[in-house]
Amino acid sequence: MEPIIQTQQLTHIYSAGTPFQHVALDSVDFVAYQGEYLGVIGHTGSGKSTLIQHLNGLLKPTSGQVLVAGKDIWESKEATRQARFQVGLVFQYPEYQLFEETVYKDIAFGPKNMGLDETEVDRRVRQAAEFVGLRQDQLDHSPFELSGGQKRRVAIAGVIAMEPAVLILDEPTAGLDPVGVEQILGNIQDYHKAKNATIIIVSHSMEQMARTADRLVVINDGRIPFSGTPREVFSHVEELEEMGLGVPQMTRVFHRLKAMGAPVDDTVYTVEQAKAAILTALGQSPRSTRTVSSDEKGAV
Amino acid sequence: MALKDITLGQYFPGDTILHRLDPRTKILMVVFYIVALFVARNALGYALMGVVLTAAIQVSRVGFKAIRRGMKPVYIIIVFTAVLNVLYTPGQGEPLVTFWIFTIYYEGIRTAIFMVLRITMLISCTFLLTYTTSPIMLTDALERLLGPLKKIKVPVHELAMMMSIALRFIPILIEETDKIMAAQKARGADFETGNLIQKAKALIPLLVPLFISAFRRADELAVAMECRCYHGGEGRTRLRQLKYQGRDIWALCLGFGLCVSVFLLNHLGVF
Repeated sequence: MEPIIQTQQLTHIYSAGTPFQHVALDSVDFVAYQGEYLGVIGHTGSGKSTLIQHLNGLLKPTSGQVLVAGKDIWESKEATRQARFQVGLVFQYPEYQLFEETVYKDIAFGPKNMGLDETEVDRRVRQAAEFVGLRQDQLDHSPFELSGGQKRRVAIAGVIAMEPAVLILDEPTAGLDPVGVEQILGNIQDYHKAKNATIIIVSHSMEQMARTADRLVVINDGRIPFSGTPREVFSHVEELEEMGLGVPQMTRVFHRLKAMGAPVDDTVYTVEQAKAAILTALGQSPRSTRTVSSDEKGAV
Repeated sequence: MALKDITLGQYFPGDTILHRLDPRTKILMVVFYIVALFVARNALGYALMGVVLTAAIQVSRVGFKAIRRGMKPVYIIIVFTAVLNVLYTPGQGEPLVTFWIFTIYYEGIRTAIFMVLRITMLISCTFLLTYTTSPIMLTDALERLLGPLKKIKVPVHELAMMMSIALRFIPILIEETDKIMAAQKARGADFETGNLIQKAKALIPLLVPLFISAFRRADELAVAMECRCYHGGEGRTRLRQLKYQGRDIWALCLGFGLCVSVFLLNHLGVF
């Protein structure tokens, strides 16, 4: 797979030379591949927010390089500007950055800054609104009249409208109700599929990550201790717990079961996998119980 | 320069004697120092003031770099004052230089140098106060020092509360501004280039969300305060009681001594 974003020996030091000096990133080699759905996990203050702000040139590395599609984004002013448009970044609680009179104008802010013509801006705004499930008539409303979840979707649409090749979202579901969480994750999934875009999601919800991401990168104390498929990453149960991150509940249950001597596979991380693992352990084929499966889905 | 680098009124935590002094003492010391600065009339006086300030900065471990960084916004004022003083101070002796409509005298240069020193030291010492005293301590001290004004119905407590809330919110608002700025930059907003009107227009995406969040925060704070039955200063006790210690007496004597010595140095008549 082609790497679309890469950092090489990326180091960032905040307030260098003052008593507040703080090394947020320490020689980080991060890579995201074309078209993948990548999860970044790490607890508060681990450096994950600092990392993602380097990926579209909002922060300048103290040392090291950031490459987008193979080009150093700090090479020239134009390269930095282009990186901002290629790599869309949705911050935590993005609804607090809405400012326009209408939803339409707010979503159009990004595309307009790109210097696109009216018809193209219009097409992108309408398409982005559709991706996040906003109705056409809502486009003329003030964004401040909408509910919290809707505001957030407007804000995400504002970045999607720039049609970035890489979409980075920092805790996109924080503070939403379960229905809102599912909707937002669905919207992101739709954009991922429709544009074959690379998605990078920052979160500390292990369950959510386990369910959605193809690959996970763990950040702790400004370094990347390990990365890989959810199965690989969640096999480091002890290390993850030491970092204060934990693993999905299912993994924990099965880890305990195995420790207690049950003959189960302890690398499961979703309910579906758990069901299969239990049935296998009980000597039944997972296929013979289709009806149970749908009941279980309803319960989950 | 990121907004975070602005150090105005920023506290540098530490555990030096300057950090531990009672905040009231520190405010009074600054007052003494400023009085002494204005009393000083000759090079000896200024030299003494400079030595005292340098020693205080050394003791506080804040570092000259932090003080210098804080001075950045006032450089222009200092230069402006110096130039005006050089050009417009009339003198008795021979003019040093004459050009166009200006004549420069020895007195002009002397006043300019003293003026620059005075402003620099004045600002440095107030910076030293805010660097070594947390804003909360500072407002507590102000409230206590202004306490007697309550007798003539000055709402000292309310003013102090407003001040500490304002101070408390400065870093939050700066952080918020940084965040919103980053978010709008990520959408291609440009805050740096363009003429004055374009720059002013570019601020709208920053100011609107900032105002909205400031109002939201103010609202939340008011509710939180009411929930905890806040009803003004009447009968309120405090968590941190301010008590003068032995070292505070010494410090105050030192401050007073400084004023007196500068006054005496004036009569030594050098320069």
